[in-house]
Amino acid sequence: MRLLLGIGGNEDGFDALAATIDRVRVTGDELTVAVLDHPEVDTPTDEVEAAVRDRLANAAVTADVLALSGDPGPALVELAESEGYDRIVLGGGQRSPMGKLSVGPVGEFVVLNSTVSVTLIR
Amino acid sequence: MTMEYPETPIGQFEAPPRSFEDGAGRTVRLERFRAADVDSEDVAEMYDEFDPADRAQGIPPTRPADVREWLDSVLAEDCVNVLAVADERVVGHATLVPDNDAYELAIFVLDEYQNAGIGTELLTALLGAGQSEGLERVWLTVERWNAAARALYQKVGFETFGSESFELKMSALLTAAD
Repeated sequence: MRLLLGIGGNEDGFDALAATIDRVRVTGDELTVAVLDHPEVDTPTDEVEAAVRDRLANAAVTADVLALSGDPGPALVELAESEGYDRIVLGGGQRSPMGKLSVGPVGEFVVLNSTVSVTLIR
Repeated sequence: MTMEYPETPIGQFEAPPRSFEDGAGRTVRLERFRAADVDSEDVAEMYDEFDPADRAQGIPPTRPADVREWLDSVLAEDCVNVLAVADERVVGHATLVPDNDAYELAIFVLDEYQNAGIGTELLTALLGAGQSEGLERVWLTVERWNAAARALYQKVGFETFGSESFELKMSALLTAAD
């Protein structure tokens, strides 16, 4: 299976990366990590990309890492559909102080628009 | 979470304790939760019976151990909690949880005690408790399709800010901001 993981730099995205790395090590799935230009994250994309490469290297998992420019939701869906990925993987959203889950704008766009299956990691 | 607030505060509400008769003729007592006076297990037992369909954005959790872990955080000293007690058990719970310079609000009423006016009384009692503590900014999120909850919040003075997501964000000023 070919997985496309979108990561913007939020904590839930790195949790999704960790879960996906664990999974890929078992299944041998082909993984591409797309670093998104996330509007709500202050960390520069090159720092997020470096952190992603670190984690992959530490886990000895081989994956393509690319920086995806433009509006992250539409860019991710377009990439997944045009390149024939089998699944998009995203972080499961942020929790409020109360503990309420909320799916961010990227997750919401992808879930509502993608014809490729989507997994939100909780 | 970035949040906008109305310019004028909502009306003054009475702080608990107080009692009223609900729409089904049951006597309901509203009281502050204080760890010294109330066993948090009494609150946990309400959530053990909670209808999964009434969950909102993942809370309350479903597993008993997760319910208790969640309650440990929302029943902490720095939060404001009000309980509705009827038939000698907790049937409703409303809470204000600190979030930087504001508080996040949530309210839960046990399924068989819904549609009897308890939510309105519980919410106004919580807002009254918050006002008595001098709280200023309160916000909440509500699922877009939950018309009953949205109407309730609007009725007591919450205004909607931000409707671009699955859930709506609403906020209120309890007292005039500094």
